Amino acid sequence: MNIVVCVKQTPDTAATVTVEGGEVSWGDAPLVLNPWDEYAVEEALQIKEEHGGQVTALSLGPEDAQEALKQSLAMGCDQAILISDPAFAGLDTLQVSKVLAAAIEKVGDPDLVLFGRSSVDSDTGITGTQVARRLGFPSLILVSKVVSLDPAGGKIEVERMLEEGRQQVAGPLPAVLSVVKEINEPRYPSFMGIRKASKAEIPIWSGADLGISDDLSAAVHWPEIIAPPKIETEVEMIEGDTAEEKAKKLAQRLAEEKVI
Amino acid sequence: MAKDIFVYIDHFQGEALPASWEAVGAARSLAESLGGDVAAILVGENVGDLAEQAIQYGADKALHVEDASLADFRPEPFSSIVAKIASDADVLLMPTSGRTRELAAMVGVDLDTGVIPDVIEMDTADGAIMAIRPIYAGKLLSKVTIPVNRPQILTLRSRAFPKPEPDSNRSGAVEGVEVEIEQPVTEVTGYGETEAGVSLSDAAVIVSGGRGTANNPDLEPPADITDEKEQEIWRAQQGFKLIGELADVLGGAVGASRAAVDAGYIPYSHQVGQTGKVVSPDLYIAAGISGAIQHLAGMRTAKTIVAINKDPDAPIFKLARFGVVGDLFDVLPPLTEELKNR
Ligand SMILES: Cc1cc2nc3c(=O)[nH]c(=O)nc-3n(C[C@H](O)[C@H](O)[C@H](O)COP(=O)(O)OP(=O)(O)OC[C@H]3O[C@@H](n4cnc5c(N)ncnc54)[C@H](O)[C@@H]3O)c2cc1C
Ligand SMILES: Nc1ncnc2c1ncn2[C@@H]1O[C@H](COP(=O)(O)O)[C@@H](O)[C@H]1O
Repeated sequence: MNIVVCVKQTPDTAATVTVEGGEVSWGDAPLVLNPWDEYAVEEALQIKEEHGGQVTALSLGPEDAQEALKQSLAMGCDQAILISDPAFAGLDTLQVSKVLAAAIEKVGDPDLVLFGRSSVDSDTGITGTQVARRLGFPSLILVSKVVSLDPAGGKIEVERMLEEGRQQVAGPLPAVLSVVKEINEPRYPSFMGIRKASKAEIPIWSGADLGISDDLSAAVHWPEIIAPPKIETEVEMIEGDTAEEKAKKLAQRLAEEKVI
Repeated sequence: MAKDIFVYIDHFQGEALPASWEAVGAARSLAESLGGDVAAILVGENVGDLAEQAIQYGADKALHVEDASLADFRPEPFSSIVAKIASDADVLLMPTSGRTRELAAMVGVDLDTGVIPDVIEMDTADGAIMAIRPIYAGKLLSKVTIPVNRPQILTLRSRAFPKPEPDSNRSGAVEGVEVEIEQPVTEVTGYGETEAGVSLSDAAVIVSGGRGTANNPDLEPPADITDEKEQEIWRAQQGFKLIGELADVLGGAVGASRAAVDAGYIPYSHQVGQTGKVVSPDLYIAAGISGAIQHLAGMRTAKTIVAINKDPDAPIFKLARFGVVGDLFDVLPPLTEELKNR
């Protein structure tokens, strides 16, 4: 199995994210492998362990965005490639998917391309499907389980989590999958893995390396990032001597405020 | 002449998502500032009824594409159909769901245009839409626009736009559209049990439980449960039973914190938060939930938040409108009883 997993570097979810003068800041919180992508990396490794093959982690980002790839290597990916070019700054998913699709083609002949459910910073959750469309592979998103995988027969069957419940879908390989948290428990990198990753030289592919010469421009613009309106609540503590009394008072207050 | 504003009606097993009608309502408001008619798009098997409903909810016309091969949503053929119908459109709206994430993504590639998912507010300026969507799990908001490419594809978050009242007297053209339908490459081989009860994203009231649901040492598990972990899960299930009873009385859905999900108290589909569902009900009752930043990210936009927690210093009280310091096992039953009588 030739497996490619696309990973993004994002601020830690515990960070307090603020915006000032249009600049987003997460203080001194660390940059990490997008939490959703940990599940994609883990799934890639498990599939490799069962079926053999090779796992390549790909990330598009600025030159210093190596953390996600280092973490992927430390977990056990065979190789990691950073796609970086000043021309790629500020792209939207329409263009990011074009660049990622070109990089996946350069890696060559994938059987599976794995994505996380979404990025925890931009929260869009559409990059994987757009890459699938560009490569002409089926898109299977929100996968909670690989039910069966038959590399020789070129078939995969997965279970997906829809809002309405679970759904099983079968399709041909190569395929694009995005995975949700239920699919596995990501491993911690081993000591050896961390050492290997810290020494690894991560190759950088530019637009020219990918044969992307056209001027990429984002279709989606985000002219302003703002802080959400402060939620002006003054908590009203419901007092009472017993739980019954508090429950009664709460019900009364909810009715008075027309909440119920 | 102003162009039509297209709305894709997402549906599952014969029923439209409520958010589909919210999108029709939002399209009506856009039509007021941009001009044009509201045109609903329906793709599936036997979607004629839904097309009629789209008119009642405010569409001026409804275009439907029907075929037996379209009984189950698959992104590839559905996207090709929608891309053909909306190829010259200025605006294509959809409700946000797992299906429309794929649909919007593929139509965006097919028509070389931008996609703005999960929109919570919209305005127009110079003929283009200026949308607002949450980023960083709602810690920030981003203004987003598609200045040049067309159509502007937006998916609207559930409950962010008001749902119009259906009007059975409205009339409009319902038209079957003939387009080439490609054979789907994937096959839906089955459905798991669909979750009973109200869906979290559409719920007006949500009652959620956290790790606190397991914390009732007085509860004695049945003798055949000897494993300590299983005893804990059994206790938590008694806690969630109280949560469920309150939710039932309020016609609401049951939510949970990640700690409760990770501990195996309740399935992941109930998880609220940054890595679960983002919800904005009218009323959110959090019982035995501390209020970690990742949980708050999923429910901070609820209109009224009620917190029930043993610990007076729990961070959840900072966001709550009403707070009760107490044991959920003591507070929930009389609260349910009290609300039953109202
Ligand atoms: C990458 C990442 C993503 C995450 N995503 C999410 C997410 O999507 N959603 C989410 O919820 N969390 C998420 N978390 C986890 C989050 O950080 C917290 O760990 C979690 O929300 C805590 O759940 P809790 O409030 O139920 O548990 P705790 O923090 O343990 O709180 C339990 C609370 O119950 C109270 N309590 C105990 N017993 C009782 C009783 N009998 N009656 C009343 N009150 C009682 C306690 O006082 C306490 O406040 C994420 C974490 C990370 C790192
Ligand atoms: N810059 C990037 N480089 C590599 N993979 C990415 C990048 N952005 C997004 N992805 C992948 O696409 C998934 C969905 O991202 P998004 O559409 O941004 O929410 C992520 O979980 C990653 O797997």
